Amino acid sequence: MAKTHVTMTINGGEVEGLVEPRTLLIHFLRENLNLTGAHIGCETTHCGACTVDLNGMSVKSCTMFAVQAEGAKITTIEGMANADGTLHALQEGFKQMHGLQCGFCTPGMILRAHRLLKENPTPTETEIRFGIAGNLCRCTGYQNIVKSIQYAAAKINGVPFKEAAE
Amino acid sequence: MNAMVESKEIREAKLEGMGCKRKRVEDARFTQGKGNYVDDLKLPGMLFGDFVRSQHAHARIKSIDSTKALKVPGVLAVLTAKELAGVNLAWMPTLAGDVQMVLADGKVLFQNQEVAFVVATDRYAAADGVEAVDVDYEPLPVVIDPFTAMAPNAPVLREDLAGKMTGAHGPRKHHNHIFEWVMGDKDLTDAAFRNAEVTIKELISYHRTHPSPLETCQCVASMDKIKGELTLWGTFQAPHVIRTVASLISTIPEHKIHVIAPDIGGGFGNKVGAYPGYICSIVASIVTGKPVKWVEDRIENLTATSFARDYHMTCEMAATKAGKVTGLRVHVLADHGAFDACADPSKWPAGFFNIVTGSYDFPTAHLAVDGVYTNKAPGGVAYRCSFRVTEAAYCIERAMDIMAKKLGLDPAEFRLRNFIKREQFPYKSALGWEYDSGDYHTAMHKVMDAIDYKSLRAEQAAKQAAFKRGESRDIMGVGVSFFTEIVGAGPSKNCDILGIAMFDACEIRIHPTGSAIARVGTKSTGQAHETTYAQIIATEIGIPADMIMVEEGNTDTAPYGLGTYGSRSTPVAGAAVAMASRKIKAKAQMIAAYLLEVHEGDLEWEIDGFRVKGLPEKYKSMKDISWAAYHSPPPNMEPGLEAVSYYDPPNMTYPFGAYFCVMDIDVDTGVYKVRRFYALDDCGTRINPMIIEGQVHGGLTEAFAIAMGQEIKYDATGNVMNGSFMDFFIPTAVETPHWETDHTVTPSPHHPIGAKGVGESPNVGGVPAFSNAVNDAFGFLGGTHIQMPHDYHRNWEAAKRLGAHV
Repeated sequence: MAKTHVTMTINGGEVEGLVEPRTLLIHFLRENLNLTGAHIGCETTHCGACTVDLNGMSVKSCTMFAVQAEGAKITTIEGMANADGTLHALQEGFKQMHGLQCGFCTPGMILRAHRLLKENPTPTETEIRFGIAGNLCRCTGYQNIVKSIQYAAAKINGVPFKEAAE
Repeated sequence: MNAMVESKEIREAKLEGMGCKRKRVEDARFTQGKGNYVDDLKLPGMLFGDFVRSQHAHARIKSIDSTKALKVPGVLAVLTAKELAGVNLAWMPTLAGDVQMVLADGKVLFQNQEVAFVVATDRYAAADGVEAVDVDYEPLPVVIDPFTAMAPNAPVLREDLAGKMTGAHGPRKHHNHIFEWVMGDKDLTDAAFRNAEVTIKELISYHRTHPSPLETCQCVASMDKIKGELTLWGTFQAPHVIRTVASLISTIPEHKIHVIAPDIGGGFGNKVGAYPGYICSIVASIVTGKPVKWVEDRIENLTATSFARDYHMTCEMAATKAGKVTGLRVHVLADHGAFDACADPSKWPAGFFNIVTGSYDFPTAHLAVDGVYTNKAPGGVAYRCSFRVTEAAYCIERAMDIMAKKLGLDPAEFRLRNFIKREQFPYKSALGWEYDSGDYHTAMHKVMDAIDYKSLRAEQAAKQAAFKRGESRDIMGVGVSFFTEIVGAGPSKNCDILGIAMFDACEIRIHPTGSAIARVGTKSTGQAHETTYAQIIATEIGIPADMIMVEEGNTDTAPYGLGTYGSRSTPVAGAAVAMASRKIKAKAQMIAAYLLEVHEGDLEWEIDGFRVKGLPEKYKSMKDISWAAYHSPPPNMEPGLEAVSYYDPPNMTYPFGAYFCVMDIDVDTGVYKVRRFYALDDCGTRINPMIIEGQVHGGLTEAFAIAMGQEIKYDATGNVMNGSFMDFFIPTAVETPHWETDHTVTPSPHHPIGAKGVGESPNVGGVPAFSNAVNDAFGFLGGTHIQMPHDYHRNWEAAKRLGAHV
């Protein structure tokens, strides 16, 4: 099948590649670019394991063609750590608050939470729960994911994190 | 000697041993996208396999034509049963003593059954090839309902078994019958029912569902034809078992098979068995000489690789009017689908379902299980439970509520009257188990106090009165569940898989500079073994957990173990970790005695080293001892400091807990709201409370899903009605309730560190808590039992049936 040339900016660097028109963005990221952090859990846009940040939006990369991302600015989990190599507040929050178990949903969950906190820097618990409803987790029951995001929000906002009483 | 300068508390804290909420070491890679899952693997020249699957649930295959597929660009080979028969692999043995088609041989027996395997240069070309394979089917009558499967004139499903009226577990009664499994004292139980003051009888069904971990089943097979060696990477909860099975069925010598389970994205029982995808990938790699990757998609996962439950339990209970249970009689019709591919210990065709007497002191009980074939996916696996324990817990916990209602007793009070008492442990149950330890009354009272149970019942009574007066359309239920689990399979005297005793193993090597590597025969699928096993070792031998690397999943380096499922990692492998540590400690003591020029008996252990009794300044830390083991071992002693332990548990462990659920339901819409869920778990000694709590949250969320809507449903012609995440209920953060957790600690008396296991308790205890809450809410309107799952529509139907609609 004839291939199409695509260029995009991923995690701050320009990348290019040749893809079939039908190549999904998730496969371009994982197989052409070896960015295997985003995962495939359902291939039907339900689970969110493939979530990346694309032009300022959370996008499920399993249902978008790579050619549609031509010229896009994309952030994946591999680009989340700070420039000095320290962990992003969300990465730190997920570890501190035990927001992950098998780790398979984690990259998508962190990317989604990243956009959520850009849109709403001080979300309530209900807003967080609605905000991550497009991302499924089979291990944690979400309770500690909510806390992880609250932890990160507090850190980003420079306020002390107070764990809600059980 | 610096360690001696610090206080005991500081040295203890530095170890991050048992009881510490140690942060997980796995998280560094998982939060940065650096996990190493099977589909991340990329090998030079790697090919991709994909299945042609049957759209029919039961059909004869008239022909398979691969001609067009082989002309699709990128397609290199198409395997069918014919090709597999050439290497004697058209069928494979199941863990349950049955055989299963790898690729459809003459007929198909369930929808989405594997028919052909297309091998191509990439996954897109493989999918193109799948589209191009022509299969001609002749549809046959379909059997979906397990009850009709046993009708005299039911269609014959398994023609391969024609004339074989004895199966792996004894005689077969019917052409669609697999086994009958009987336990307990029939005469004594029948007598108890004859003399009973009060009896109940109810058909309690536990619907078919699926574990659906977020990562599906997948593998990469790579055959090195020069060396004759096969390397198989895969999502394996039990890598060593996969190696042995692969060797037995492929005839490749076991030492030439390297099985590697890298990071796994959840298992929940789905990744225990051997699936056709693995076999086809191996064969394809042998045929093509290239590595072959197979990754199932979500629809394939939900519809073809196994299932869980599908147990139809007719439960009878006898009791006195005063509320003492006197007998239990259960018959189970077990739907195993097209092939009996249960992942149970080999001698247990219905798993440990004979834990069905639960937490109660039944003087006698009798159990019979009939397994049957239907045109559904084969299985079933233990979805976050020890072999059929969740079915048993659901059965007894529903039955206890039904009997309490008949007796006019409060369900919590009825349980308290019948609990096995603390002083009765070790307790021999009527169906043959020896419960190791328990304190049920304390646990139950703790929860009842915490949630103010009396007030809830008063509130419920007021709500029911208001409803009856027509002032409210809301009803309220309090679901009571008290479960006893049976985990840690298991003792070699009664547990094996294909003849291999269900021990587990650990090997520890201490390095000269005082750090260590431990290798274990289990495989974490998210439970954080790298974190928790290190905590056990840290406490046992005084090396900080951060200085201990734990490795699992590589069969070349890890000692043989039976893997992770049935909550067996802590009870069995955790014990092996402790026992291997103790062997190291024993040698360390001899080295310390030599270094300190005293007799071994003059030494005592203190946190991270040995000191001479009464002379605190005469001390050798494990770090000093480790160096000495390699630098200056005592004369006549081998250098080095390492140990291996294979642990054969003397008994199972019996975790327990009390779960209470408060639920409100709108009878006009069926919409429910979980107002409160309180879960108390007793898993014995607690290794890492943070991880235990996380496990409980996750298990409760799965229990919530199962009880309230998660189901694999078939129509009458065998079409799967909910084979994607569109229709298969996986709760999001919005639906998932808030969880409150609590604990008591009753150590296991036979386990080296007293731990019992916890991963599956919340699924086992959670399902009855939700279902009992729904049934308790509707109970005052009449009826005895409403079947799961309790989604909004079914709640609405129940309300309608009970006359609650105006």
